[in-house]
Amino acid sequence: MADDHYVLEARGVMKIFGNHVALDNVDFGLKAGEVHALLGENGAGKSTLIKILTGAYQPDGGGIYVDGQQVSLDNPLHAQTFGIGTVYQEVNLLPNRSVAENLFLGHQPLRWGFVDFRKMEADAKTILAKYDLHIDPSSELGTHSVAVQQIVAIARAVQLSGKVLILDEPTASLDRNEVERLFEVVRGLKARGLAIIFITHFLDQVFAISDRVTVLRNGKLIDTRPLDALSRTDVVRLMLGKDIAFSGATDVEPSETPNEVLLTFKGYGRKRSVLPFDLTIHKGEVVGVAGLLGSGRTEVARIMFGADPADQGTVSVNGQPSAIRKTTDAIKHGFGFCPEDRKAEGILGDLSVRENIVIALQGKLGWFKALNRDEQLEIAGRFGEAMDIRAASLDMPVKLLSGGNQQKVILSRWLATDPAFLILDEPTRGIDVGAHAEIVRTINRLRDEGMAMLVISSELDEVVAYSSRIVVMRDREMVAELRGKNINPGVIVQAIANNPDEAVA
Amino acid sequence: MKRLHLERLANPQLLALAAVLLINWALFPNFFRITWQDGRLFGSAIDVLNRGAPVAILAIGMTGVIATKGVDLSVGAIMAVCGAVAATMVVAGYPTPVAVIAALAVGLACGLWNGFLVAVLDIQPIIATLVLMVAGRGIAQLITEGYIVTFNDPALIFIGTGSVLGFPMAAVIALVLMILVTLVVKRTAIGLFIQAIGVNRAAASLAGIHSRMLLMLVYATSGFCAAIAGIIVAADIRGADANNSGLWLELDAILAVVIGGTSLLGGKFSIPLAVVGAIIIQAMNTGILVSGFRPEFNLIVKAGMIILILMLQSPLLGHAAGFFKRDNKRVVSK
Repeated sequence: MADDHYVLEARGVMKIFGNHVALDNVDFGLKAGEVHALLGENGAGKSTLIKILTGAYQPDGGGIYVDGQQVSLDNPLHAQTFGIGTVYQEVNLLPNRSVAENLFLGHQPLRWGFVDFRKMEADAKTILAKYDLHIDPSSELGTHSVAVQQIVAIARAVQLSGKVLILDEPTASLDRNEVERLFEVVRGLKARGLAIIFITHFLDQVFAISDRVTVLRNGKLIDTRPLDALSRTDVVRLMLGKDIAFSGATDVEPSETPNEVLLTFKGYGRKRSVLPFDLTIHKGEVVGVAGLLGSGRTEVARIMFGADPADQGTVSVNGQPSAIRKTTDAIKHGFGFCPEDRKAEGILGDLSVRENIVIALQGKLGWFKALNRDEQLEIAGRFGEAMDIRAASLDMPVKLLSGGNQQKVILSRWLATDPAFLILDEPTRGIDVGAHAEIVRTINRLRDEGMAMLVISSELDEVVAYSSRIVVMRDREMVAELRGKNINPGVIVQAIANNPDEAVA
Repeated sequence: MKRLHLERLANPQLLALAAVLLINWALFPNFFRITWQDGRLFGSAIDVLNRGAPVAILAIGMTGVIATKGVDLSVGAIMAVCGAVAATMVVAGYPTPVAVIAALAVGLACGLWNGFLVAVLDIQPIIATLVLMVAGRGIAQLITEGYIVTFNDPALIFIGTGSVLGFPMAAVIALVLMILVTLVVKRTAIGLFIQAIGVNRAAASLAGIHSRMLLMLVYATSGFCAAIAGIIVAADIRGADANNSGLWLELDAILAVVIGGTSLLGGKFSIPLAVVGAIIIQAMNTGILVSGFRPEFNLIVKAGMIILILMLQSPLLGHAAGFFKRDNKRVVSK
């Protein structure tokens, strides 16, 4: 294969949603016979790029080239005719039909106008044999494991398109052996000259199978590089955007003595969610949580808050052993939680700003101590002003506010309950610069007022700016606790990527 | 301030009610003639209140359920069960209060069962309540042993046909219940919590609302209301008819709630407007009856009116109307 020949190429692709630039002048080139990993945190633009490459979205600028010819892909079906096929994380086949039918759905071999089942099943057997898959093609697809279903999905995509294969997090629900099985298949396809785009959150898998890597961040192309010249730390650094040199990790304890202990978690964890962790949180302290997507950051928050109760370990609040089985237990102990997915779990869209602010306080007061309208307006007005919520009226539905103002509403909701411990999951994601600054200011103010906080964020600069301590999550495990001088983006990146041979001396 | 109150009265529900009543009046000039006879009021308008009461009572309970993004299909069947319980118990010689309390308790238990399925087992409300909708009539038939159980207990009959200050007992019960439930919902935080669950149950739970307990409460209330309606209907015909008592009334109750402006998607709700919705439905039924149209027209005219009322509430039409209205957005008050 000629090295500079691209099977599929995007040149200067732009995509704009409303006033949000999802992809900004991104170039992407895919060669035949390579596995090309596409990496980036949530919202980096990976899925937007994939949707443009498969014709699901139309670019607002730039062009798509197949074998050097500019093409316009109207829809995924049209993209298939150019040889571009996709396999998604969730197998989107028909589990209640046979394996053969799934392979040939829409392209069944016909005989006198009827489906020729015998030929279809014979063909299916031949195709699956190429993937070293010896199953009965007439068996129901749903009776097989997810890994087998994934391979059938890949076989179908290759059969229909045969030039470019896009694997969108295919390994998310597979165990180790199944992943290895899938990789065998991918290596086989690569040897047959297919160009493969591989999207995943697991760095191990990137290194196990990919030849080159393209990293996107905030809709911009960061770099495309051959993988053999990169270390894991380099990749994490590209993803999180830290172009700084590593400062040596020195173990200096913070000079000031910490305040009194508020929370002690011991061996706290939940099966299939987070491995047991120990963590002590003091009053007036911000504990930052860093880690890649899927590392268990959000799960830690949900376990602490009782949204998904822990099934092992103990927690004590103010020295008293406590049981947090559900969110109301946590709230009784003065916890508050601003979830990551504001729209799905945070705001009550159709209700007013006022009602959204008082809801947690009212929940704490119970059914019968109802705040009347004037009290609600007073509380909402007070926190609305303190947080600088920009709303035309406190009686307007909260869904009409901007993302940043919605976030301030949810923060106000918890501040109204006068919490002792506040958990913020990605408090600044997807909000405008002004609101961003306001929220960071609020975090600092609350810490100085003595509140304990746990803040999860992908923005390393930000975590570093307000955290008194940082815990690092990797593969659902709390792997490091950074203090003092170690609170800097370089050390964090290293801790996230850390593996034995790169361990800091 | 006075102007504000007038504006509040000009909601689509009351306008629709006025329109239906006016049409009734035009077709049947004696519609509003009310006479005093035997210590009570008589007339078509009074009849609307009396006949509309069972659906109005069902609608009071149904409003809470629909506001949580649920639906209760079982209320018609619960009416039959509770009517059967009350009737068989008075026939068996139990004192009337005992029979009535037992029937109410059975209704409450039915509602708690629905609530358990929805809140604890997380079954979709339409399926969860379908269970009792189907099974309920069977249970009612078992209680009455397949017969229409008739009774002559004067106290029980009074609940269905008696009068208070000239007004029919059923309408008085509905009014009192409406005021009570509305007060409870408005004066406590329950109303806000119901809305919160209806809008976004995940977010409401994270904000510390006991969503399970609250769902149990709304379904229990709906079952309790259905029990009251079932007792009234049985008392009215002096017998419990397991096959026909409350038949299809769950649909009228849902319709009344929707006409009352509560969205099936949950959220904002109004109990008094749901009661107005029930009265609109009954006013149409009575109007068609007294105006001399063939009863066959009844369902078709009803469907036409419903379409009209729902169109008036459609957001699309609201946008169109807003376009022509002068800009009267509320000014920000700081």
